[in-house]
Amino acid sequence: MPAPSSLTPAVFVGANPSPGSAAPSPIRDYLSKRGSGRVADNGFAALMLLCACSIFAIVGFIFWILVLRSHLSLVEFGWKFFTRAAWDPVSGDFGALSFIYGTLATSFLALLMAVPLALGVAVFVTELCPRPFRVPISFLTELLAAIPSVVYGLWGVFVLVPLMRDVIGPFLHKTLGWTGLFEGPNFGVGLLTASIILAIMILPIISSLTRDIMLAVPNSQREGVLALGATRWEMIRVGVLRNSRIGIVGAIMLGLGRALGETMAVTMVIGNHPAISKSLFAPGYTLASVIANEFTEATGDLYLSALIEIGLALFLVTIVVNAIARLMVWAVTRGAPVGAA
Amino acid sequence: MSTQPSPMNFQSRTMRFNSLRRTAMNHLVSGLAILATVIVLAPLAAILFYLVYKGASSLNLAFFTQVPAPVGQPGGGMANSIIGSGVILLLASLMGIPVGISAGVYLAEFGRGKALGNAVRFTADVLNGVPSIVMGIAIYSLVVMPQKHFSALAGGIVLGIMMIPTVTRTTEEMLATVPHAVREAALGLGVPKWRTVLSVSLRTASPGIITGCMLAFARVAGETAPLLFTAFGNQFWSFKLNQPIAALPLQIFVYAISPYDEWHRLAWAGSLVLIVMIMVSVTLVRIYASRGVLKGGS
Repeated sequence: MPAPSSLTPAVFVGANPSPGSAAPSPIRDYLSKRGSGRVADNGFAALMLLCACSIFAIVGFIFWILVLRSHLSLVEFGWKFFTRAAWDPVSGDFGALSFIYGTLATSFLALLMAVPLALGVAVFVTELCPRPFRVPISFLTELLAAIPSVVYGLWGVFVLVPLMRDVIGPFLHKTLGWTGLFEGPNFGVGLLTASIILAIMILPIISSLTRDIMLAVPNSQREGVLALGATRWEMIRVGVLRNSRIGIVGAIMLGLGRALGETMAVTMVIGNHPAISKSLFAPGYTLASVIANEFTEATGDLYLSALIEIGLALFLVTIVVNAIARLMVWAVTRGAPVGAA
Repeated sequence: MSTQPSPMNFQSRTMRFNSLRRTAMNHLVSGLAILATVIVLAPLAAILFYLVYKGASSLNLAFFTQVPAPVGQPGGGMANSIIGSGVILLLASLMGIPVGISAGVYLAEFGRGKALGNAVRFTADVLNGVPSIVMGIAIYSLVVMPQKHFSALAGGIVLGIMMIPTVTRTTEEMLATVPHAVREAALGLGVPKWRTVLSVSLRTASPGIITGCMLAFARVAGETAPLLFTAFGNQFWSFKLNQPIAALPLQIFVYAISPYDEWHRLAWAGSLVLIVMIMVSVTLVRIYASRGVLKGGS
């Protein structure tokens, strides 16, 4: 056994059983002359790694700069910033409670309207729809997601607001006025109108994710339930929805994350008045829209810093909501065929 | 014998009732699902109808060639906004697409199954959900405040950053569909890894990756909120990267909340142009991707 020299080229070539291979082949010759690609390979891998890590850097930088610039307000108001409703730029007294109320109220109302519809669309597309219509209908719902926020806002201002003021608002006041939710003057702009626009905007996200999650349920589940004599709805309920409920909750939370941070369309139809009122007709204000409206005209460091603190709060809340949602969606769709649609 | 039939009869009657109830429930839910789909598609139809109805009549040559007219004067167009949007989006693509594709390559070719890869993937998804207005104030603080004025560059940076997560994730997903045999064939010929990735994996997955880039592009093309504090908008022609620049979505916003009918008309026309640009790119991408080497789902 010539152990130490077993790796030399001579021995290696000699081990080759084919008869005419005593001379090095052109390919091997070429490869040995070209040298190893180790330097280039490592450099390439490092470059790719750098770009991947830039995503961490971006999130880190955003967090750092927001904390840095909101420092003044963080020190001045502390936690009370989020529990007080005062918003008085003249005397420099800032509290975000009315914006938090506006954001939460519109987001949850939007979810209330969007979730049943989105689930209905997802069930229709995956389970009921005749095959030729599947792709066109999913495509059309995804077109809703492609419409820019500002166009929703424009449509809201000139079509939905008059409709709310003259038709839907009076109707709701007459039929559901006893709940106290539809009281007060109805200008068309306000929490309810903003929620409707938000619902339309978050619908495509929830329905397309729910569709993907439902498609990830193996067909054997459906066949098993059908074989027991279930109707189609029982099959959907027991075989599909029950199996994908974690993922559906995740999809709903992703919709919530989008609703919390949605800016332009909401700013254009919510009325922009910092107040906490029970009536859904009342104008409100959200975290995102106060930034959009007042940021460029904020005079004074404390004012600017308070607005940036609102941005910081929005950043942290959406990160947490998105993180939980992603984990839930991943838990269900991991292992699903990529690009199944 | 004659006493037996009554329980059986009863049982079959309950069963028949049950089966009726179940069938009715089945039809009810199917009907509700169809109704939901119709309700969802109604706003889409309404928005598109109004855009065409109100916007098309205001489109003329002046719209594409002139800058906005002062208040009170008729006419004027959005030529500077369209070009401004083009400049900002070009800057954004130059920044976002290479970084996004590289990060996607890392995830698919180097970081598969590693903790770091999972962390990058997760952070990219979370970054995708950060509200655009927060991106806007962050870039305002990072770029505009030190520079002391709004600029096209800041607008490009913010949109570029917003493109990265989408591009990264689609690139990764598309690379994952490239069969391992293709890479092994290249590596087996002695092609170095970097060359394999560039000329084999990326080349094979290119239709899907282009789809991802176009989708990211379409998504940021309509963004308004982050541009409020970065590009800021401009009523005149400007091609300087360190000066405020006009952008189509910003101009639509300014016109939509103005009290002038003439400007409302221009806002509708601008929205029509914006949406046609976005939808054409999304639709082209769909057609292109479905005809490519690998079918790219999105």
